[in-house]
Amino acid sequence: MKVLMFGWELPPFNSGGLGVACYGLAKALSQKGVEIVFVLPQKTDVRMPFAKIIFALSEENESLLRFSAYEQPRARACGKNPENLHCFTLFNLVEKYKQAAKIIARKETFDLIHAHDWLAFPAGLEAKKISKKPLVVHVHATELDRVGNQGPNQYVWDIEKNVMEKADRIIAVSNFTKNKIVNDYGIGPEKIRVVHNGIEPAEPQSASELLGAKGKNKMVLFVGRITLQKGPDYFLTAAKKILEKNPEVIFVMAGSGDMEKQVIEKAVELGIAKKVFFAGFLRGGDLAGTFRAADVFVMPSVSEPFGIAPLEALQYGVPVIISRQSGVSEILSHCLKVDFWDTDQMANQILACLKYPALHQTLRANGETEARGITWNNSAEECINVYNEILSTKI
Amino acid sequence: MMFICFYLHTHQPWRIKKYSIFDIGKNPDYFDEQKNREYLQRIVKKSYLPTNKILLDLIRKTNGRFKVSLSITGTLLEQLEKYFPEVVESFQKLVQTDCCELISETYYHSLAGLHATDEFKAQIRQQQKKLKDVFGVLPRVFRNTELMLNNQVAGIAEQMGFKAILAEGADHILGWKSPNFIYRAKNKKIRLFLRNYRLSDDVAFRFSTRTWTQWPLTAEKYSQWLNSHHGTGEIINLFMDYETFGEHQWEDTGIFEFLKTWPAETLKHPDTCFTTPSRALAILEPKAELDFPQTVSWADTERDASAWLGNKMQQQAFSDLYDLENSVKTIRRKNLLNDWRKLQTADHFYYMCTKWFSDGDVHKYFNPHESPYEAFISFMNILRDLEMRVENKQQRSN
Repeated sequence: MKVLMFGWELPPFNSGGLGVACYGLAKALSQKGVEIVFVLPQKTDVRMPFAKIIFALSEENESLLRFSAYEQPRARACGKNPENLHCFTLFNLVEKYKQAAKIIARKETFDLIHAHDWLAFPAGLEAKKISKKPLVVHVHATELDRVGNQGPNQYVWDIEKNVMEKADRIIAVSNFTKNKIVNDYGIGPEKIRVVHNGIEPAEPQSASELLGAKGKNKMVLFVGRITLQKGPDYFLTAAKKILEKNPEVIFVMAGSGDMEKQVIEKAVELGIAKKVFFAGFLRGGDLAGTFRAADVFVMPSVSEPFGIAPLEALQYGVPVIISRQSGVSEILSHCLKVDFWDTDQMANQILACLKYPALHQTLRANGETEARGITWNNSAEECINVYNEILSTKI
Repeated sequence: MMFICFYLHTHQPWRIKKYSIFDIGKNPDYFDEQKNREYLQRIVKKSYLPTNKILLDLIRKTNGRFKVSLSITGTLLEQLEKYFPEVVESFQKLVQTDCCELISETYYHSLAGLHATDEFKAQIRQQQKKLKDVFGVLPRVFRNTELMLNNQVAGIAEQMGFKAILAEGADHILGWKSPNFIYRAKNKKIRLFLRNYRLSDDVAFRFSTRTWTQWPLTAEKYSQWLNSHHGTGEIINLFMDYETFGEHQWEDTGIFEFLKTWPAETLKHPDTCFTTPSRALAILEPKAELDFPQTVSWADTERDASAWLGNKMQQQAFSDLYDLENSVKTIRRKNLLNDWRKLQTADHFYYMCTKWFSDGDVHKYFNPHESPYEAFISFMNILRDLEMRVENKQQRSN
């Protein structure tokens, strides 16, 4: 079986969980004998020894790198070389990717197409039109998740809805996401399959020594983009309540995003700025060190299609508290669950983990074992079932 | 002659509330009245009332040849008296027939027998008094919570004047021996009745299991199995949860029809009799001595206490609870002592069990907590509050 897979980014050049998920899934699929051609829009120095990588907007497709007459004035306004991709807007880039997909679909041979998230949806759909091969779209997040259920971008929404309607199968990363696709996008549940994500075993990292600031304090960790979707403001509200009971706690927020300023201001306003540390976007050893230093990990997301970070935390032996509004809560039992808005309960759970060592140890031990069983291997198997399902109905 | 000893155990805990760290020091009200009442109402309707009626009818229709033994925990009796006195009356009617023997235990369905000897004895005395008050009888036979038995528990029961103990007929205790005889506890006089777990669980667990090769279990088939032990055993001990009838096995499984019919069917054999432990003691001699060096229970496949005290949370909660024993007892405040004792009920620890939590299973049964972790958090927060109340009283009396 040969799959033409359209993605957007891969680690280490990733902005979040999408690239990590694509990499893990593609690797596990190839281990099961599925041949993968992985398409990315732009050339980056990524390594994927198990798959053939194609950069859609490379020199080979030179014509696409140029701006159209219509785009020229904007490019000049950037003051940059019109051939520089950085001058494209995100929407330009999605459009260029789609054009390139036509060329790729003509050149390559494959049995089906698999496209990850809206950025790659138009490319996937274009490849389907050219090749007449079945299209699987994989929904890792919807526009509604990204904007925390408020005011989706119409352009993105339209792409999502249109492509999902035309796809042969939709893979949703959770029932939580499946329900959104059915209820908010009006797609029939019969062509949606749920395949939960997995996690790659953590590579041994030489963890950086982190945070002299920790000292005797307990440390509560948040890892994720500082955006509405991830619920950083609820994290701070809970932090305030915790500090009233136990002042020997610090809160670390690792990630960056458009709400950063607002969140810093809120910490100041709550009078807890001294206790909240903004670590920025962390990778590798820095992230590993941060996880290791943590006593509890919290994912207070408002709307989390899956949520891989809690599984990473468990791999580092950190007990986790996760929002019920998340996909990962469907498959994780050895953790504490909370509604993101219930900051009293969130504070209660965090305090209990810090106060009762037996709770901390039991959550940690059972959670680590459970996380080890959530592998990409399982996800790949379910994915192959979906492939087989459409390939057999096509015949 | 072969005897059938049919014994049902019934209990409901005072379930605790969801109790947050922010409640500590502010809310001395630990038990969820409303939820407990709702659960009880459901069980009363689905199980207690219909089952008691069937048991009474069976006794009457067989002219007393059918007999049953019962244990009813103090925590359940208290709740029934408060909310459903008609159920207490229906139990009283059963006991009055003289064909229903009451078995004693700890009032609070606690694990005190594994830890605190004085407290264990106090709770047994409290249960004896309760049964005397409500039913006018003083039981002579004892069963410990979840049939947990070890040599020490057997010694205490003997010391307190009990003639026999009900226990699990666990394979690792019996070895080649049969559970279908009476035994004696090691180096003691006190007798042991051992549960025949196969025949008991055929009803309690397997009755409605459609994948079981013997499904459906009919009165004829079951009676045949029981009667096939003539010549190889003297007494078959069918011990099960009372709630098997109507709650674990719902009415639509046919469990009530089964209960109505199997005793009469079994009695068709001229040499089969129903009995109760005290009656059997007068007739049957013990066949051998049995040693219980470790605690044996009727639970799970392990037949031990691991469902209650298997993980660190359970062990921590248990030891923190009993750390309060001395101070709670010295300040002599009835409400504090009551609260402390209600927290000893084994169910609170069972809810913290993580053994099969991910699979979702029997441990979820009437469990008010979302997870074993939440169960632990609420319990520990309550303990902290109780501790503070005790400290406050101590300071005031100093």
